[in-house]
Amino acid sequence: MTEPSISGQDQAILELLENDARLNAQDLADILNEDAKDVAHAVRRMEDQKIICGYHTVINYNKVLRDERIMAFIEVDVSPMKDQGYDHTAALLAKYPEIDSLYLITGDNDFICLVQGRTMFEVCQFVADRIAVMEHVQSTKTLFVLKQYKQSGVLTGAARTANSEGRLVVSY
Amino acid sequence: MKSINRTIEHLKPSGIRKYFDLANAMEGVISLGVGEPDFDTPWHISAKAVESFEDGHTHYTANRGLIALRRQIANYYRNRYGIAYDPDSEILVTVGGSEAVDLCCRTLINPGDEVIVLDPNYVAYEPAILMAGGVPVRIPLTQEHDFKLLPEDLERAITEKTKAIIVNFPSNPTGGVMTREDYARLVPILKESGIYIISDEIYSELVFAGEFCSPASFDEIRDQVLVINGFSKAFAMTGWRLGYLLSNPELSGQLTKVHQFVIMSAPTAAQYAAIEALEHGMPDIAGMCKEYEARRNLICARLNRMGLTTNVPNGTFYVFANITSSGLSSDEFCVRLLEEQKVAIVPGTAFGESGEGFVRISYATSMEDIKEACARIDAFLETLHND
Repeated sequence: MTEPSISGQDQAILELLENDARLNAQDLADILNEDAKDVAHAVRRMEDQKIICGYHTVINYNKVLRDERIMAFIEVDVSPMKDQGYDHTAALLAKYPEIDSLYLITGDNDFICLVQGRTMFEVCQFVADRIAVMEHVQSTKTLFVLKQYKQSGVLTGAARTANSEGRLVVSY
Repeated sequence: MKSINRTIEHLKPSGIRKYFDLANAMEGVISLGVGEPDFDTPWHISAKAVESFEDGHTHYTANRGLIALRRQIANYYRNRYGIAYDPDSEILVTVGGSEAVDLCCRTLINPGDEVIVLDPNYVAYEPAILMAGGVPVRIPLTQEHDFKLLPEDLERAITEKTKAIIVNFPSNPTGGVMTREDYARLVPILKESGIYIISDEIYSELVFAGEFCSPASFDEIRDQVLVINGFSKAFAMTGWRLGYLLSNPELSGQLTKVHQFVIMSAPTAAQYAAIEALEHGMPDIAGMCKEYEARRNLICARLNRMGLTTNVPNGTFYVFANITSSGLSSDEFCVRLLEEQKVAIVPGTAFGESGEGFVRISYATSMEDIKEACARIDAFLETLHND
């Protein structure tokens, strides 16, 4: 399958939105010296083409809901299927809303999934009842997240997050 | 008690102080009045300073600075701007560009010598000239000419007493940039007069379109030029206080003499960090520049829509916006904007008389804050229209 080629303007829009999804069409247009209507149209088109697949917020769960959110990385070893390789199993795994992200990887195992749940028990149950029993799945390995330090380029650890807040409010 | 030095006594405090005090006492202020990058120093650079402590590099360095750093600076100026400086005899590492300004003034000026400055200009030049016994002579720059220095104005300002001129492009506060062609028109005048050119190039990396040009890149006047540069703006290293001064060997020796007695040597850990910055930090600059450019475009588009006509500046992280349509003076505009909408900016007059009718808006702050500040400025202008 060949990927659709992408224009310079689309690429510039994507770069900006990837960093800050709250930029609206007027913001993007001002930054790129373009017309706001054109930019809005381009964004809508890329949404339709599923190039832009969503807009998410980076939340620091170390600060809120820490007792109600459990994250685990699940490594999954599967036997690839004739003609379909890993894609069929991947498609089945991806249907589970509990799985936040899913990647085919190199190394000892085939897939790594990021799974979210409310309790450790809930995550364990999901792995045991849903993933481990799937056809073609050979084994699983569950790695619970103890603490998150960085997400999507943003520091979330409680440790020092050096920043410019100490700057003088006015300076030359 | 005896009186203190008269020059110091009569030195006017910085015009920024008032806004600093006002803004500091308020809650919820968005500041577009900051003259330093909002980015933190890239970590690989800071890590080298930490490493230098671990390795026990806690002593003085050579007066001129670490030879390894001077070699990096020489490489950088040769590769980036095509100007060769000898690391042994033409490069001096200083405590920020600020020390370099002071060194130049002390080394060049005899009492009564005239030194040309551009108006508006960076706030530290005139005090440095005065403290060295010199007489600042201002050349007003205009928005009409993109705040560039014009040959006819330069020619008119030079007298028998003129010792030097201080130029600062890209410019704080105007964001103006002189191109090679712009400088080429000045070179015959500078050559003929024989005056020194103190070229503060601290914003040289923050040029958005085209190439930065240093007057030292013209062979005819290369030995008349004292280049000031440093790590603060390009690598987001303001707090490290590290700059450098490039000049011909004779001058460099004299400058080093002053530096040696006043400073001894620039901070050692900062010098190790600076080596890393020049060796591996160029991609960091590119990333920061891209972000500054995006912010500049946004802020200029909004200001112009509000009726504050703004030349889109080609360098630095400042916009010098024309506020004459508001009917207020620069000072009134800034005080009222701060008091009524809690946005801190700096009046153009803080940088010289020719700054009247302008305000300096810094976009070295987050896009979110810039957008909110623009909305507040818009609201402020609305209330003015309804007054």
